[in-house]
Amino acid sequence: QESGLKIRYPLSHTKTMAFATMDLSFLSDPGVFAKGQHAEDDDARGDLQMARSIDIQSFPLAPVSSPYTFCEDVRKHGNAPGLMDFKHGTTTLGFVFKHGIIIAVDSRASMGSYIGSQTVKKVIEINSFLLGTMAGGAADCSFWERHLARLCRMHELRTKERISVAAASKLLANIFFQYKGQGLSCGTMVAGWDKKGPSLYMVDDSGERFKGERFSVGSGSPFAYGVLDSAYDRNMSVEDAVELGRR
Amino acid sequence: MDSVFALVGDGYAIVAADASAARSILVFKHDEDKIMELDSHKLLVGAGVPADCAHFNEYIQRNLTLYELNNDIKLSTHGSANYIRGELATALRKGPYQSNLLLAGYDAQDGVSLYHMDYMASLSKVNFGAHGYAANFILSVFDRDWKKGMNLQEGLEVVRRCIHELRTRFLISQPVFILKVVDAAGTRVVTL
Repeated sequence: QESGLKIRYPLSHTKTMAFATMDLSFLSDPGVFAKGQHAEDDDARGDLQMARSIDIQSFPLAPVSSPYTFCEDVRKHGNAPGLMDFKHGTTTLGFVFKHGIIIAVDSRASMGSYIGSQTVKKVIEINSFLLGTMAGGAADCSFWERHLARLCRMHELRTKERISVAAASKLLANIFFQYKGQGLSCGTMVAGWDKKGPSLYMVDDSGERFKGERFSVGSGSPFAYGVLDSAYDRNMSVEDAVELGRR
Repeated sequence: MDSVFALVGDGYAIVAADASAARSILVFKHDEDKIMELDSHKLLVGAGVPADCAHFNEYIQRNLTLYELNNDIKLSTHGSANYIRGELATALRKGPYQSNLLLAGYDAQDGVSLYHMDYMASLSKVNFGAHGYAANFILSVFDRDWKKGMNLQEGLEVVRRCIHELRTRFLISQPVFILKVVDAAGTRVVTL
């Protein structure tokens, strides 16, 4: 279905020309997206709706003629000031060592130069064996990681097996790749323990996905790498590892 | 920022790619394998935007596997190259994949072949090729040192000279290169 997506081609033989008009009516009724795809009460929907809510293809794009420049256009228009001022400014890090994985995140949320909150939770428990961290746009990260949690749970229910870290990170990477270029800002790490032992993946808003032993993501990451690289040892004890993360 | 190059020798092809995964000034890891085995006798490597390369390579690999399952026969290198180019061309006017590719493959009938593809969906069959900034340095080394019908040792020597040239003149440090060979026996990793 094409819910609200209007692309106008005034010259029908060249589909590259489209009007740069803005239809911001969805701002007054945000539920226009929620009804079909992100239904709160899933019991009331049939299987088809549930399947479609999981189906990546049916996720709505911004109902404008040029979704790729949506964020910039909104900012330029001035109709909705502050809408696109996402919270930024994070350092998150994670590393694999003998006993498992340590994830360390800071808890500050900044909006420009204003500190929004000092107690933001930047780690989300996807399930009891998977963690996701958030760096970049707070809303993007938390929404998509909660969506990932839902996908992981569906996988468990369908296959009667816990999802592997590789598969979970790939699901997230594919979502980001789908929305590539449309203004998502999200650097996350997916860490977990599955049949293959501990795994740590870094997933980016550009759709990049890397498996590794140690990562740091966020605006403070180069500095974190300095500390991490100099003191990292795969065989360190849990206490040493926690202390390294804290440092 | 990727350095990717390949050459064809007597019954084999060597594909080389740097193993650094980086973004702006930060290097994430030094053991990223960018060369994808499409099937037992084909290698595909992409240089460009890392996400596009990785996703496109996997997409092609899955589709070639599907072709094999549907038709009980592997697609030839020539067929694969044209199929890949077709995918790039279809995506070009919608959402282009910004990856420059080298495809090396072995067929029982045609022997070893190497195809050079651009993100603009150009395609040509070549004896050697390179992508990325590295191409500026490596193509001249190939022009001078590549000969038809080199054996594997000679081919590896040429690759060694290419990597030496990069280390001498290229600004970006790429300490690790992954090399893979495809020949009648299949694909394997080689070390210099």
